[in-house]
Amino acid sequence: MSMEILSCTVNGRPVEVGIDPRESLADTLRERLGLTSVKKGCEVGECGACTVLVDGEAIDSCIYLSVWAQGKKIFTVEGLQDESGELSPIQKAFVEEAAIQCGFCTPGIIMSAVEIVGSGKQYTREELRKLISGHLCRCTGYQNILNAVERAVNEAHKFVGK
Amino acid sequence: MYDITSIYQARSVDDAISALKNDPEALVIAGGTDVLIKIREGKDAGCRLVSIHELREELEGVALAPNGDVEIGPLTTFRGCTFSDVIRATVPVLGEAADMAGGPQLRAAGTLGGNLCNGITSADTASTQMAFGAVLRVRGPEGEREISINDWYRGVGKVALAHDELLVKIVIPKSHYEGWSGHYIKYAMRSAMDIATLGVSCLVKLSADKTVVEDLRLAFGVAGPVPFRCLETEKAMTGLPIGEAVKQIGASALKEIHPRDSWRASKAFRIQLARELSGRALAEAARKGGAQI
Repeated sequence: MSMEILSCTVNGRPVEVGIDPRESLADTLRERLGLTSVKKGCEVGECGACTVLVDGEAIDSCIYLSVWAQGKKIFTVEGLQDESGELSPIQKAFVEEAAIQCGFCTPGIIMSAVEIVGSGKQYTREELRKLISGHLCRCTGYQNILNAVERAVNEAHKFVGK
Repeated sequence: MYDITSIYQARSVDDAISALKNDPEALVIAGGTDVLIKIREGKDAGCRLVSIHELREELEGVALAPNGDVEIGPLTTFRGCTFSDVIRATVPVLGEAADMAGGPQLRAAGTLGGNLCNGITSADTASTQMAFGAVLRVRGPEGEREISINDWYRGVGKVALAHDELLVKIVIPKSHYEGWSGHYIKYAMRSAMDIATLGVSCLVKLSADKTVVEDLRLAFGVAGPVPFRCLETEKAMTGLPIGEAVKQIGASALKEIHPRDSWRASKAFRIQLARELSGRALAEAARKGGAQI
């Protein structure tokens, strides 16, 4: 199939890249742009490892065709670090809460957390469970991940106590 | 990389229709959450696609028509449905049902139109749209026509949509929702990222004193090859005190459903679920409508 040019914004930078129209966004981000935080897990939209933000909404990039990203704003974990290489507060919350074991699901969950924190709302633990329910983690049992997301939300909005 | 022979990105609804007319084998792709999975599984490998994903201006969004009808663009995502102010104010149970499909990322991609057009019995929003008697407006080369959702399903994965027709609007008429309250229950093995073992949507219209069932709608998913309504049960429950209807509805519904064994669950379990969940769905629908039970 003949190549097409995809023009979009990736992590705040305008990008023009040649793509095969059969590619998923996960393929393009990993193989053409080197953004390997985007993991390919199930490749059928069940595990959430490939989660990125498209125009601010978390989606599974494995079931999103790259041709649909034309003109849109894509955000991956690589876009979270500041210029000095410091981790973002959300990433730090995951480190502090030991929310990472093998790490394969982590970038995807962090991108969902970016959307959750960015909503500016506070959530109950039950609501947070639902908001990260599109991610599978086979190591942690989710408790520390929930702690990390809760911490990131609270720190971002300076909520005090439980 | 998906095994796709070609993908045509339609520039408008009419453009998509002419692309479909010109290619009798082409498949429509909208949110992609079903079609791409089927391609990955090999079922539709090598297909030619007509993408309507980017036709948001024409096909996305929920609006309240001047006559009070709820008009849902078929490209509205599950998420868009759940968070729509119009849906919350008029048919909140549909937003609640949409919030039970898959997980958050899938709900940001999958569409209400796709949920009907794929003709699948487990579609989480289908039974509620069935209960509301949604009117489906479709457009083809000859123009538009309207199909009642009661005449929509033609068999597993088959709907009353010609190859060169697109669903362009889902209409829930004001008279179908005004004065009704509803509740949808999805039973699945997990609370997220799972397909319904059984789904039941119950709508109820209560008497002025909120004690008697004045009218009722009961629709199931996964209790037969396609979503369907239990018309006899709806009639039988009408006029009963709510408590009595809650007691009787399950046994009555069992006479009308025809679930089967599948690898997800046995027929016997689905029968048990249908009996139990019908009453629970009615009780909750009545509570939402102001009944004290």
